[in-house]
Order: sequence, then structure tokens, then C-alpha cells
Amino acid sequence: MNHRLKNIIPQLLTLLFVLAVIGFFTINAQLNMDERGIDFGYGFLGQESSFDVQFSLIDYDGSHSYARAYLVGLLNTILVSVLGIIFCTIIGVIVGVARLSPNYLIRNTAAWYVEFFRNVPLLLQIFFWYYAALRALPLPENTEPLFGVTYLTVKGYYIPRLIWENFDILFYSILAAIISIVIIKNYAKKLQEEKGQQLPVFLISVSLLVILPALTLITGMVQLEVALPVLKQLSKTSFIYADGISVPPELLALVLALSLYTATFVAECVRAGIQGISKGQKEAAASVGLNPSQILKLVIMPQALRIIIPPTTNQYLNLTKNSSLAAAIAYPDLVLVFAGTALMQTGRAIEIVSITMLTYLSLSLSISILMNWYNKKIAIKEK
Amino acid sequence: MLKTLKRLVYLFTSVALLLSFETGAFAAKKSKTLKKTQKMGYVRCGVSQGLPGFSNADASGNWTGVDVDLCRAVAAATLGDSGKVKFYPLSAKERFTALTSGEIDVLSRNTTWTLSRDADIGLTFVGVNFYDGQGFMVRKSSGITSTSQFKSGISACTNIGTTTELNMRDFFNSKGIKYEPVAFEKADEVVAAYDAGRCDTYTTDKSGLAAQRTKLSKPDDHIVLPETISKEPLGPVVRQGDSVWEDIVRWSLNVMIEAEEYGITSANADSMKSSENPAIKRLVGAEGELGAAFGLDNDWSLRIIKQVGNYGESYKRNIADTGILPDRGPNQLWTKGGILYVPPAR
Repeated sequence: MNHRLKNIIPQLLTLLFVLAVIGFFTINAQLNMDERGIDFGYGFLGQESSFDVQFSLIDYDGSHSYARAYLVGLLNTILVSVLGIIFCTIIGVIVGVARLSPNYLIRNTAAWYVEFFRNVPLLLQIFFWYYAALRALPLPENTEPLFGVTYLTVKGYYIPRLIWENFDILFYSILAAIISIVIIKNYAKKLQEEKGQQLPVFLISVSLLVILPALTLITGMVQLEVALPVLKQLSKTSFIYADGISVPPELLALVLALSLYTATFVAECVRAGIQGISKGQKEAAASVGLNPSQILKLVIMPQALRIIIPPTTNQYLNLTKNSSLAAAIAYPDLVLVFAGTALMQTGRAIEIVSITMLTYLSLSLSISILMNWYNKKIAIKEK
Repeated sequence: MLKTLKRLVYLFTSVALLLSFETGAFAAKKSKTLKKTQKMGYVRCGVSQGLPGFSNADASGNWTGVDVDLCRAVAAATLGDSGKVKFYPLSAKERFTALTSGEIDVLSRNTTWTLSRDADIGLTFVGVNFYDGQGFMVRKSSGITSTSQFKSGISACTNIGTTTELNMRDFFNSKGIKYEPVAFEKADEVVAAYDAGRCDTYTTDKSGLAAQRTKLSKPDDHIVLPETISKEPLGPVVRQGDSVWEDIVRWSLNVMIEAEEYGITSANADSMKSSENPAIKRLVGAEGELGAAFGLDNDWSLRIIKQVGNYGESYKRNIADTGILPDRGPNQLWTKGGILYVPPAR
């Protein structure tokens, strides 16, 4: 009894203290807001926002509500985070492996890249890519096409717009391909365990993914039209490309800066992971007759990933939170649209900042949960 | 023992009640913000992060501009010295929060007076120190001379968190023009992006355009279009809930404008004490008890005029002589064809 009390009392006191602090701040804020005639509430979310946003993934203009403006900002934040995470992983893995290369030039180039990019503040890098690098781009009327049909200009990266007819059929065909790949994979595993035969699963998967959607196109069930960017004159010296899709330079600069910066940290995680596996593992794998790609895939990577994943999760979280620096270069993310313009127009600081904080918290937690699930999957399963 | 304790409690409560009545009666005369300001020894004033003519800091940190002069006037009235101001450079986004949270006591930051700002968010606008309107700046080489030449697809750079964003939408929508708004947090970033060719036009208040144009790499290659698409009465703002402080700031501005009307300048203010005109005598503190209503002495308005000058002097020093807007336009006295008209100080 005495022992239990000893355990409970400090916890109870801590809880009371935390509650008291929260209570103090709440009451204080309430009193101050009453005194200054500011009311509190989330009703404004339903009001017409009456401001436009440069770039949005969903249909939006000023006649929509503040709640929709919030969604626009959130989706833009997610877009830049997802793109950043994909690119920083690709660059990070390549650079991380390159740092262990036996080739002097490759090894040192990778090392210099890591040392340079992780030691310059991120905000400066964002400004550099936006103002210095993009400023060097040509105006639309002087642009030579990139890959034939796309145009990289100071006003944005113009790419062709794809207009699909019966897009749902294409979607189902891809879904069917994915389902059959899962079935084939299970079958191949069974075959390997029972009879020792191996199926070329990778080759089959890729061809399924290509052939099934291609079939729907060839048979004419799904039709695709391509709208190419066309130069349009706005005034004597001002041009844009119309009809295509314009990827804003703000998005390009932000993804570039975020992924190049975060990739340095990912590269170090990858290097640590690979170096953490003892040489004996590789030699043992070779001695039982595995070829180099099998060694990497079946022996080294499964062990290295256990070391790589937890610190890499941190980097993904950092990237997501760092994406809020977007406001500096006018990329309409959650902070700029919601905690910026919407906050200003409504003046509801406490409500909007609390929503924004909760949103970033849930974004980070979702990434954590996803990565923890993956980490658990690859962890050693003790039987 | 218990009896003495009871007596003590009674004694304390009655004394406390008496005291609270006393201070209650006193507080009606004297403002809490004024008290705090006099205790601190400086006026806490929110200004812009750099808008030539309105509030701009030079290399050694000296602030100048018409918005800055208003804060100096409040300092001269309440503390006796126009230099006793602490400036807080704020972005458009931060300004109202800084004021309502009590970080600053006067916001003098080219802020547009609108109904929703005045009524909704715990602010009170005290007057107008510059009548402005939103306009557009374009490159001369574009051949555009009027907003009627704008076409769909145009990209417009501006600041976030301003009425500009809302006016721009109203304007382009009413003309049926599709546009791309590119909104930055700081004015310097807008200038850099527009200068780099990111946008076809730069839109904000016309005074702002004239001032920012000077920061472009080749100012002469750009023109401000003649159209004005909105009313932008810019003025100082205070927190709601301290009406005496509100009056002090309002009348500091009004005194500057009225002083110009009566021809009182920083140079001749002292000699005006012997003027025949009672209105002038009231303004320089030689007649009446105007300061008492705010809990100030009688020389408060004289100090404003002597240390800061009248509105015309401030305009000339900051906006006209710097080449930003040599023509006073609507910001001329009502007696000279403008719309500056303030209630009489009496």
C-alpha cells in the first residue's frame, strides 16, 4: 500500500501541476480577450474567404470558405512534403552508397556534397534556389523546349496537360495489375519454399503494370489527349504558356532546396546503416553461393534497414516541418495561406494558430506511425 | 482571538473597498496605457519593416516617415520628448497580433481602415494620416498604359495579409480576367520577385508602389498605372478598451493637421502664443485646459508642433522632398482642395 502511494503521489502532483498551468493560460487568455473585446470561436471557418490562392490541387477561389482555404494549404504542404521525401530518399541513398565507393572521385564528391549542403542554413538555400537559380532562367518567349514539349521559364515549368476519357477504366486496370502482382508474389514464395523453383517476379510485375493499362488504351476504351503548352502574348513584352499545366517556380525551388538539404542527412543514415553490418555477413553470404545482388538484397539491406529507418524517420519529420519555410518564397502552403492570409483577414490568431499546430502535429504523427509500422515489419522477429 | 481576527478581516475589506473606489474614480481620468508608458519612459510603436516615406530606418537605425512622426508626436505629448519611442518593425501579418497582445501600444504602419478590422478583432482606428488607393506597377517595355490592357494569365506580385489581396480579387473578377496571385510575406521579397520577371505586375497601395519603385534595379523602366482600384485610408490603430489612450493618439494626429491649417510650424510655434486667434492660442497651450481631459499638461500640443512639426512639414520632409509623391493629391488640407479635415481642437 505504502509503496503504491509512493508511486502515485508524484504522478498525481505532476498531473495537477500540468493542469494548473494549462488552466492558468486558458483563463488568462480568456480574461485578456474579454477585456479587449475579442470573441473566440471557430464559426469563421464557414465564412467566405474572398482571397485567391496562386496554386491549388483542388477547385478553389475566393468564393469558397476559409475551411476550404485551409484544405488548399494543407494539400500543398502535403504535396511538397511527399515530393521532398521521395527525392531526398533517392538522392540520399545514392549519395550514402557513393560515400562508401572504392572510387576516389565518387567517394569524395559525395562527401563534399554532404558537408556543403548540410552546413548551410536551409532558409538561405531556399532563397538561393528561388532568387539566384530561378532568376537565371529565361523569360517564356526566349525559352528553348526541354524534352521537346516542356518549357522551364522564370514564370514556372510548363508541361503538357493530359486529358483522359474514361480515366476510371485505366484506374481499375492498374488496380487489377497490382492485385495480380500480389497473388503472383505469394505463389512464387510458395513455389520457392516447396519446390525450390524461382519465378522472375520482378519482370512479371513490371510487364503486368505496363501491359494491362496499355491494353485499355490500345482497345480504345480509354482515350488520351495531350494539350501542349502554347506561347501566348499578354502584352508587348509579356508572354506565358497557355493550355498546359504550369508548375510554379516556388514549388520547384522549395522541393529542390528541401530534398537537397535533407538528402545529406539521409545519406549519412544510409552510410551508417551499411557500415553497421559486419564484413563477416557479406563473406558468409558469398560462401553459401549468393551472387552480389542477392547479398545486398537478402543479407545486407534487411539488416542495414533496421539501423537506417529510425533516424531517417526523423529526417522525414524535419522535412515536413521545414516545408513551412515556404512562406518566405510565396509557395502557398498551410502557413502562408492559413496561418498567413486567413489569420490576417479574420484576426483569429488563437484559433488559427491552434488549428495549424494540431495539423502539423497530426502530419508528423502520421509519418511516425507509418515509419514505425515499417520499422516493426523489418525488425528481427523473435520466435 | 476569533473576535480580533474577524475585526481585522472587516478592517481590511473596508479599506480595500475604499481604495478600489478611489482608484476606480481615478482610472476614469487617467489611462492605463498612459500610466504604463510614462512608467516605462517610452512609447511602444509598431511600424513597417521598411517603407520609404512612411516608416523606414536608415543605416544607423534612425526611423523616419509620416507614420514614424505620428509616434513621435504621441511621445512628445505624453513624455515630453519626441525621441522617446521604441520602434517595433512588423510584417503585415504580425501587426494586429502585436497590438492586441499588448506588445505595442500604437500601430502606425500604413494600415487600411476597414469595417471588419475596426469592429471584429479588438482594434480601434483613430483617424487617417494618409489617403491612399491601390494601383498597379508594370514594366514600361510591356506597352501597357492602362489596366484595361490586362489579359487573362497575368501574374501579380503582392504582400500577404493585406487588403490588397482582397481588392485584387474583386478587381480582376469584375473584369473577368484570370490571374495568378503571387503573395509574399515581406515587401522586399515582392520587389525582388517582380524585378526578376516572376510577375507581370506589382500591386499594392499607390504610395507603396512609388516608394518600392525606388528599390528596383532600374526604377525608370517601370511605371505606376493611372487607375486606382480601391479606397485605402491609412491610419494609426490602438487596442480597444482604453478610450483615453485612443483619444491621446487621435488628437496627436489631429493637432498636427490643425496646426498646418492655422499656419503653426515648428519654427513659429513659440511666437504663436501671443497670437490674437483663440484657436491658435488653444493649440499652443496659451489658452484653455485641453490637456487635462487626457491627464496631460497644457503644453502637450505645443511640444508636438515644436518637436515634430505640423502635418505639412512632416509630409514635405518624408514624402515630397524624397521624391516619392511630390504632389499631395487628396492629402492636402480641405481649405486647399484636399480632403484633410479634422474636428476642431477646443
